[in-house]
Amino acid sequence: MGQTKNVFRLLLLTFGMFGFGFGLVPLYDIFCDITGLNGKVTGPTISSYDEEIETRTMKVTFVTLNNKNMPWSFKSDSPQMKIETGKDYLMNFTFTNTTAEPMVAQAIPSVSPGRGAKYFHKTECFCFEQQYLAAGESITIPVKFVIDPEIPKDISSLALGYTLFDVTEQFAYK
Amino acid sequence: MSAVIESHHDDHHHGPAKGFSRWLYTTNHKDIGSLYLWFSFIMLFVGGAMAMVIRAELFEPGSQIVSPEFYNQMVTNHGLIMVFGVIMPAFVGLANWMIPMQIGAPDMALPRLNNLSFWILPAAFGVLLSTFLMEGGAPNFGWTFYAPLSTEYAPPTVTFFIFAVHIMGASSIMGSINIITTILNMRAPGMTLMKMPLFVWSWLITAYLLIAVMPVLAGAVTMMLMDIHFGTSFFSAAGGGDPVLFQHVFWFFGHPEVYIMILPAFGIVSHIIETFSRKPIFGYSSMVYAIASIALLSFVVWAHHMFTVGMPIAGELFFMYSTMLIAIPTGVKVFNWLSTMFKGSLTFETPMLFAIAFVALFTIGGLSGLMLAIAPADFQYHDTYFVVAHFHYVLVPGALFSIVAAVYYWLPKWTGYMYDEVLGKTHFWLSFISVNLTFFPMHFVGLAGMPRRIPDYAMQFADYNMIVSVGAFLFGLSQLLFLFNVLKCVYYGKSATAEVWEGAKGKGLEWTVDSPAPYHTFETSPDLTNPQTNN
Repeated sequence: MGQTKNVFRLLLLTFGMFGFGFGLVPLYDIFCDITGLNGKVTGPTISSYDEEIETRTMKVTFVTLNNKNMPWSFKSDSPQMKIETGKDYLMNFTFTNTTAEPMVAQAIPSVSPGRGAKYFHKTECFCFEQQYLAAGESITIPVKFVIDPEIPKDISSLALGYTLFDVTEQFAYK
Repeated sequence: MSAVIESHHDDHHHGPAKGFSRWLYTTNHKDIGSLYLWFSFIMLFVGGAMAMVIRAELFEPGSQIVSPEFYNQMVTNHGLIMVFGVIMPAFVGLANWMIPMQIGAPDMALPRLNNLSFWILPAAFGVLLSTFLMEGGAPNFGWTFYAPLSTEYAPPTVTFFIFAVHIMGASSIMGSINIITTILNMRAPGMTLMKMPLFVWSWLITAYLLIAVMPVLAGAVTMMLMDIHFGTSFFSAAGGGDPVLFQHVFWFFGHPEVYIMILPAFGIVSHIIETFSRKPIFGYSSMVYAIASIALLSFVVWAHHMFTVGMPIAGELFFMYSTMLIAIPTGVKVFNWLSTMFKGSLTFETPMLFAIAFVALFTIGGLSGLMLAIAPADFQYHDTYFVVAHFHYVLVPGALFSIVAAVYYWLPKWTGYMYDEVLGKTHFWLSFISVNLTFFPMHFVGLAGMPRRIPDYAMQFADYNMIVSVGAFLFGLSQLLFLFNVLKCVYYGKSATAEVWEGAKGKGLEWTVDSPAPYHTFETSPDLTNPQTNN
């Protein structure tokens, strides 16, 4: 009978769309990777460039932020540097657990303007890694990066921002 | 002879049971339609009372009546109740009452499911409203419940909110499956798809929209639930998630949702305008195609709600142009309504007054929507009272007026009695004046920069806000007149004829049955295959 068939099809559509809702999560990540939306950057990437590509100098700014009530001290060695595209650079970031408790933190990177994100290659970084520090402990971690010489001409400076999150509780789950 | 008829009558008479169990166990589409309509009527006053609290607080600048925390709860629950508890159930109630009668079917296709989809609705709103009595207060993050406001920073009652949304979603999905199955399987012989009344068409498309997006909403709140209780990070940047993802998922549901709240209105208004113009609707098939194209376009415009979130320029342009494209089918509908009235012999009974006001004021809401669609201009309008003015123009004199018009239009058919026309017209004019008094000045304060969802405002907005509040109180009071008129009709109304309206002849199967419509109608399908029976 047509009725049962219709109901079955509509139920299928319902469950399909419920799945699609969750499917939006990976779709969104893929979309962000392609477009650089939200300054989303991927993990370490290694790339080499021909010497012949024209290079230029530009500014890179480093921003360190603490999320909510994150008590750690989190700083880069200098707030800004002049760089030449296509060359490797290094910037040190220092984390200090200022509390009397051991904690786990995670720094989430973001590049601004978002269009520039895909030209910002990090050859070594602490992105997406959880960092454990005992009470009062301190650690310095370098970020090595290179700016793709093919970055659009109208972008004269880039900002690499890190937001530090307290993930001690989430860490306890695992 | 009469004895024969009598016994014949008894055999087939399954009248309604008595008392409360009639309503609890009913599988009759008319009973369930009435339940939906009364439920949304009650919720209209609950959500309306919350709006009154909001307007009382905003009557003057400064903090006076409620705390900012409670104000946020009022704003959130006003939105949730009006969207999920008033407009949507009212349309489903109308669908239950009218669709079987308009297509010549004896009842809905799945009557028990129908009972269930109604009765879980009061449960959902009971859960939602119970949060007011709990520690931490009711949800306070706006009806759009953006993460992380609704996850990390939410009151503990957010879990009840999530549960309530799940139930509302289940109710809508079951209702939609029922409506689609009824329309596709139970039409009277001869009623082809392109002969269906426009209200039926608009609901067929709306029901598909509901089935397509309510599960996505369920997915969004499930992700919230997992973020809050199970340590996932869908919307938490700390774990690699992204709060902006929430906005995309929400508005993928949210934009079709706003059309869910207006498409049935298009159907209702088409019927009322053709009846009181004493002409068939102008451009029937273009009306059907317009509804269908609006519904399809609604899936590709969602990010116009979030132009300021930081999108690539190509994204802004895409969503700007796709949004503007919607003005074309909507314009087709507005011009078709005007053409239907053109050279018609018009009379202005209460339903017609509300329908004409719908056309005029919904168009104003549509035009401010076009302004908001302009991505560069939206950066100024975003999150101001201009947005509040825009969506209230499409939802109050839009969706709500169409529901009120539908109630006045079909009430004599449901009850068998006429409402009081003088009271009805008074209700209309009071509502028409006060709705504009309430929402029109919001455009001005919005353009001047007054932000929405804030319990206080700068001094320069004081005069307009006082006018808005006075308008809102008047609008609230006017709706008590509506309630009074409905009750007066039920208890003291004059008997109505089967056709009710002079212009209703040949305007649909519902006018061929008695007033009040018998408990069971069309137990044998009317045969429409013969072109002579021109109904």
